[in-house]
Amino acid sequence: MGFFSKIASALKKTKDKFSDTFARVFSIDRIGEEFYDELLDALISSDISVNTAMEIVDDLRDKMIEGSVKDKEEVIETLKETLIEKLSVAEPIEYDYPLVIMMVGVNGVGKTTTIGKLASYFLKLKKSVTLVAGDTFRAAASEQLSIWADRADVRIIKHGEGADPSAVVYDAIASAKAKNTDVLIIDTAGRLQVKTNLMEELKKMARVVDREYPEALFLKYIVLDATTGQNAISQVDAFDGAIELDGVVLTKLDGTAKGGFVISLCYEKEIPVAFIGVGEKIDDLEEFNEEEFVDGLF
Amino acid sequence: MANLFGGLSEKLNHVFSKLTKHGRLTELEIKQAMREVRIALLEADVNLFVAKDFVNKVSEKALGQEVLKSLSPTQQVIKIVNDELTELMGSTNAKLKISDNLPTVIMMCGLQGAGKTTLSGKLALHLKKQNKKPLLVACDIYRPAAIEQLKVVAKNAGVDVYEEGKKNPVEISKNAIEHAKKFGFDTVIIDTAGRLHIDSELMQELVSITENVRVDEILLTVDSMTGQDAVNVAKSFDEQLPITGVVLTKLDGDTRGGACLSVKAVTGKPIKFASVGEKLGDLEPFYPDRMAKRILGMGDVMSLIEKAQEAVTEEDVKRLEKRMRENTFTLDDYLEQFNMIKKMGNIGDLVGMMPGLNRGKMKINPDDIDERKIERIKAIILSMTKKERKDPSILNFSRKNRIALGSGTSVQEINQLLKQYEQVKMLMKNLRNGKMRMPFM
Repeated sequence: MGFFSKIASALKKTKDKFSDTFARVFSIDRIGEEFYDELLDALISSDISVNTAMEIVDDLRDKMIEGSVKDKEEVIETLKETLIEKLSVAEPIEYDYPLVIMMVGVNGVGKTTTIGKLASYFLKLKKSVTLVAGDTFRAAASEQLSIWADRADVRIIKHGEGADPSAVVYDAIASAKAKNTDVLIIDTAGRLQVKTNLMEELKKMARVVDREYPEALFLKYIVLDATTGQNAISQVDAFDGAIELDGVVLTKLDGTAKGGFVISLCYEKEIPVAFIGVGEKIDDLEEFNEEEFVDGLF
Repeated sequence: MANLFGGLSEKLNHVFSKLTKHGRLTELEIKQAMREVRIALLEADVNLFVAKDFVNKVSEKALGQEVLKSLSPTQQVIKIVNDELTELMGSTNAKLKISDNLPTVIMMCGLQGAGKTTLSGKLALHLKKQNKKPLLVACDIYRPAAIEQLKVVAKNAGVDVYEEGKKNPVEISKNAIEHAKKFGFDTVIIDTAGRLHIDSELMQELVSITENVRVDEILLTVDSMTGQDAVNVAKSFDEQLPITGVVLTKLDGDTRGGACLSVKAVTGKPIKFASVGEKLGDLEPFYPDRMAKRILGMGDVMSLIEKAQEAVTEEDVKRLEKRMRENTFTLDDYLEQFNMIKKMGNIGDLVGMMPGLNRGKMKINPDDIDERKIERIKAIILSMTKKERKDPSILNFSRKNRIALGSGTSVQEINQLLKQYEQVKMLMKNLRNGKMRMPFM
């Protein structure tokens, strides 16, 4: 399957849902309070945050009053434009090597799987990749990453279960320097954003990279599950507060969830979406494209 | 669990605080309040249709004559919202089914990353504590190292695992049940691979298991952070299997957890457990009534009392009481008090459960409570001599300096602690003399 057909088929399920909800909104004849209320509900039910949804509706209302938007066709077009605009607020990421990517997120969002896919992505760019088993907490996490390392055919640096993850990072950097590795991808244990001590551990890992490897470009990606609701915003806030995030990887877009919260993330937090996950196979990872995403939604 | 439903309760309180200012409710006021209730529900990830339905039900009841004529319509509305919320989540706590024909077979299912494997381990430990003999069965043959993970989880829980590597899950399940019968296991917990509800091939695999072995419970594991899609997932799993119950995971985050309302509403299946932490023991029965009260910011006093009972023995309480009575409350007792609170769990959690502390002017943000500060207080007291702890008045500058060095703190912090201690002592004196009453006592 090619790039476009894959993203299209992954978003098709998304599209079916979004259209259903919006079809009902657009069946309202008069564009008045009832219409705006329904539109707000529809936006929120795509997991777009309430604040952003309200803003989108207010924007539209203003344009209606100005008289610049007249009929329903134009309403849909305006909506689409607004969404793309909001997604484009965040600046895209440019890669430079040596590169260190640290993957963070709450439990079960698909960090380890995404790392396997990322390894394959950078290999295709003819870069050497080493994985770092920084999840020393969850049972069998490093075994899981090892299997992905085998699949992608890249090296992996790991310690035993319960080891200090910062020590694993330290060793990995030494190894990367010695072997001139282009890309180091660090796996971390899933942690709920409210666990202060675990967030401190993450800060420590980031400090090790900053201190030991200043010549590398250091990116911190949060992995978000598309099925997540409004809590995604709280996750990004907390992780961003701790380690300053550079990007988002949106996973599990092959389900029926819409992941509408990324609109709020790009717009309110100015954190770009770097990749989207569209399946369980090693090449089921795509670069994010705002227009395709919004086109898919409608 | 501190922030669990916090946002929603905040919103509802806000709505009702506006109402409280007026004596009686007009139809228009109820309408406005209900609009905000609906947005609050949506913001808490309650599904759009479930939220609308809920609001309609509440409006209908609230608009009735009874409410409008009653003396305290606000209280009435809160009661209606509370009752409806409880009902929506399932009124009473639903227990696990136990088969007459042992072993009882429980199958776990759900999306990828919902937390099935960890939950299987927690459930096994939960049953083991009830003197059952559970057997975990590794049927996730797809995800890398999933079997390995279940083995580690089982080892930590002290229960057995049955696995046959990457064979057909239907065969594994059959053999596991035979194994259980032969070796006297009374409960079999089948851990299955995470799958999308729209993946018909993998969904068929689950159906095949239920067709080939007698399954007593099919528990859908739902991540409490799930958004609007929770309804699609739950409905789809239920239609294809059907499920017998729901387990909520990751409730220890700050999610508002509206997904649980949605799942219950669309499947009609009870929520049986809630997973509330990283440790294997962190599994609780799901109590809809308590949850509803929390949503409304009425505090979860029951959970608080249970936690206190677990952590603090009766002797502890009696001893402290005696000290309070005799006014011999020393820094040692102060230290012990902190230890007791610590034993009860995360302080933020406790604050969230305390009625009155999670709203309005009394609102305490659990994030503001720095657990490390408590560790520092402990370090200071532990760096004092026994004599000093009994009589802090002897603490001169040189003693304070020594303590600061020993505990890695500063004289300033020690002074602050002593001030707090004096305040607590004063508070106790006032309590004893009946000048003040403890909140909710």
